[in-house]
Amino acid sequence: MNRTFLKKSHILFISLFLSFSLASGCKKSEEGKETSSSSKAGTGNFEPAYGDTLVEGSIGEPSILVPMLAGDSASHSVAGMIFNGLVKYDTDLSVTGDLAESWDISPDGLVITFHLRKGVKWFDGADFTADDVMFGYKTIIDEKTPTAYKEDFLQVKKAEVLDSHTFRVSYEKPFAPALTSWGNLVVLPKHLLEGKDITKTGFGRNPVGMGQYRLEKWTPGQDLKLVSNRDYFEGRPYIDSYVYRIIPDPATLFLELQAGGVDMMGLTPVQYTKQTDTGFFRENFRKFRYPVFSYTYMGFNLKSPLFKDVRVRKAIAHAINKEELVDTVLLGIGKPATGPYVPDTWPYNPVVPKYEYSKEKASNLLRESGWSDSNKDGIIEKEGVPFEFTILTNMGNQQRMNAATIIQQRLKEIGIKAEIRAVEWSTFINEFIDKRRFQAVILGWSIGVDPDQYDIWHSSKIGEKEFNFVSYNSPEVDALLEKGRRTFDIGERKKAYYRIQEILAEEVPYIFLYVPDAMPIVHSRFKGIKPTPIGISYNFNKWFVPKELQRHSSIQQ
Amino acid sequence: MLGYTLKRLLEMIPTFFGITLLSFFIIHLAPGKPTDVLADMNPKITPEARAKLEQYYGLDKPIMIQYGLWLKRIVKLDFGESFSTDRRPVMEKIWDKKQPLSERRLFITFLINVLSMLIIFIFAIPIGVSSATHQYSIYDKFTTTFVFLGFAIPSFWLALLLMMLFGIHLDWLPISGLKSMNYDSLSLAGKIWDRANHLILPLFVSSFGGLAGLSRYMRSNMLEVIRQDYITTARAKGLPERSVIYRHAMKNAMLPIITLLGLSVPGLIGGSVIFENIFGIPGMGQLFFMGVMTRDYPLIMGILTIGAFLTLIGNLLADLGYMFADPRIRAG
Repeated sequence: MNRTFLKKSHILFISLFLSFSLASGCKKSEEGKETSSSSKAGTGNFEPAYGDTLVEGSIGEPSILVPMLAGDSASHSVAGMIFNGLVKYDTDLSVTGDLAESWDISPDGLVITFHLRKGVKWFDGADFTADDVMFGYKTIIDEKTPTAYKEDFLQVKKAEVLDSHTFRVSYEKPFAPALTSWGNLVVLPKHLLEGKDITKTGFGRNPVGMGQYRLEKWTPGQDLKLVSNRDYFEGRPYIDSYVYRIIPDPATLFLELQAGGVDMMGLTPVQYTKQTDTGFFRENFRKFRYPVFSYTYMGFNLKSPLFKDVRVRKAIAHAINKEELVDTVLLGIGKPATGPYVPDTWPYNPVVPKYEYSKEKASNLLRESGWSDSNKDGIIEKEGVPFEFTILTNMGNQQRMNAATIIQQRLKEIGIKAEIRAVEWSTFINEFIDKRRFQAVILGWSIGVDPDQYDIWHSSKIGEKEFNFVSYNSPEVDALLEKGRRTFDIGERKKAYYRIQEILAEEVPYIFLYVPDAMPIVHSRFKGIKPTPIGISYNFNKWFVPKELQRHSSIQQ
Repeated sequence: MLGYTLKRLLEMIPTFFGITLLSFFIIHLAPGKPTDVLADMNPKITPEARAKLEQYYGLDKPIMIQYGLWLKRIVKLDFGESFSTDRRPVMEKIWDKKQPLSERRLFITFLINVLSMLIIFIFAIPIGVSSATHQYSIYDKFTTTFVFLGFAIPSFWLALLLMMLFGIHLDWLPISGLKSMNYDSLSLAGKIWDRANHLILPLFVSSFGGLAGLSRYMRSNMLEVIRQDYITTARAKGLPERSVIYRHAMKNAMLPIITLLGLSVPGLIGGSVIFENIFGIPGMGQLFFMGVMTRDYPLIMGILTIGAFLTLIGNLLADLGYMFADPRIRAG
């Protein structure tokens, strides 16, 4: 599922990487969509048994297994097996306890008190206590720690250890994403790391955690072998070992799946719809699909004179057929997007203006705003200037290139000439996005489960290297963003985010194109997999292989 | 000869530093920074935090200072620490002493390159010589077609076809990687067998593509030599054809091979990214490629420096080898 390799996924990580980031997100209504012979592959009447190995194939290699120091999804994926956080997302996307048994939030929303689970042990036998959380917190806010995730923790005014298993944090202002920020980024074994430079100890290559699996062996460039933690606080995981195997080439990875060298991987749309649509795959594998927490969009530089007029942006929205994009670019494995949230999650507002595909409406809007083809060359003009612009995207993302090509064709039909230009990632960011040298871009955001998108839409975030690079400015959205992050009341938050989506749909700073699906495939001997809104890996410790189907002899002592 | 060698060695020093200086500036010219992995498009990072990160990696200093600091370390043979989030020493990434020899990147690449070079020499030289002696025959045409086929077929495509045939349909050979999942539980003989099995496809693909160059080179050298007067003389004095070709002609036709050998020395530690990726082989090519993609300056510089050093040494060895083997050059 880490199809992202090192290119930083060309997306952004707003996500908090809570708990098991093996897979992210899925929703209930999709359960029925799970293909393959479910009668045979389902949990059925199989008896859970210990043993066997699951090999997950990935094109990227983890770099470091300390969540707060990692930047790539492969690292977070494996580190998520080794470290737990204080809280995690439950299967319905609500927040639930992990290492914290419970927590209290003061009525004003400023103080959170975590009551930690007792009897949890680090792999080396030491007790897990509130001091470890404190140590993790101090490390992440330390100036000398090269981490990208400090920001949420700098909001903390005061952190205290009340007793060995009670930890309290106070905030200056209420901060809704605060609770979920206490995931696995901030839990570190104090007794092993105190007084040491965490980047120099080798801890990141040889971590000591308290999660469901512990790292046994890391062969660089080849694989990471993890064995189950028999003392895991939720009980010993059934599958004895988990191997994260690195195969950088996607085609080879898929061949390895067929040859039995890999049990689990993320599929591409072509692999999902065509290449795995054979008797062999139906017999031996189970496929799953659910929306990833991300979306692809076309963003306008609102400073560009071409796109200042909202009617022009609406016209372009009408000219683009989102269904067509989903059908061709994603081969149907995904959904059209209507706003910056994933359909059917709680912040998602289903009733916003949708801009159905209609050439007439598009042309009418353009005419209203003064664009018409006066010289009959097929391209519309205004005051003698033809409507021409460049769609910029990053090189190496074929889906985005395909989307751009289709959009280019659709725009041509309403008399707009669009060029497409793909630029290497670093150049793209440094020379074009940061310097605002673009007219329109096709990009994607990978979003967190928490709906706070302050950094993308707030008008204070339009500086260089900041993320409102389309220069969107709406006082009402600003106020709603403030409100949304300052209350813990889900009803209030929902109202704010619903309204934001209405405004965004009305003002069209982005055209939200589509939400892709994650498409993991797992060998059918693994039972106990239950798809839920947070994906399939949340209950990895409950997956099992019935004795008679086990393939690898137990390698654990 | 000693004086010559010394002179050449001294000349190498400025060349070497010239190469490193140019490399250092060129890689810093590319847009992007090593901090981008953490900071790019990450809204949770403030400008201050970004500046801190850059300071942490020493990127806030002027480039001349950065080069000076690098140089100061390099004369002590310290390649520094990688800028990737793992912060491992560059040397450890290339030659990880904590891993067994067979898992170290440099060793893996070196082994595959040496083996495939051996295979290429073993096959290409006889092919070249025999197609020269049988010029324009059916055999000559067949081998020409065959080696050019190898040259023309994209290696990744051939690799995938072979993987499908031998890995899935016939199920004879492993598809990728260097060893099987159950490697640790195998006996010593089993381990060697397992590794050999994993090497068959990669070695075949890498040497098949390289056959063309050397065999054609050998063929044209040989053709040139057998037209010389001394070969006619050898034939005239009644030597058997075998000994004319293999004792008299071969020796001279092989001379330029020394140059080729010398030039291939730096290539022994460089791997092809496409080739290594497709077979899942963790070699130097992959490491370098990842270094470039993440702008991991110390790692890139480390590999380039070793490459530059080996190139210079290879050239020197080729020249010395030539002097040793060819009396005409020694005299001149």
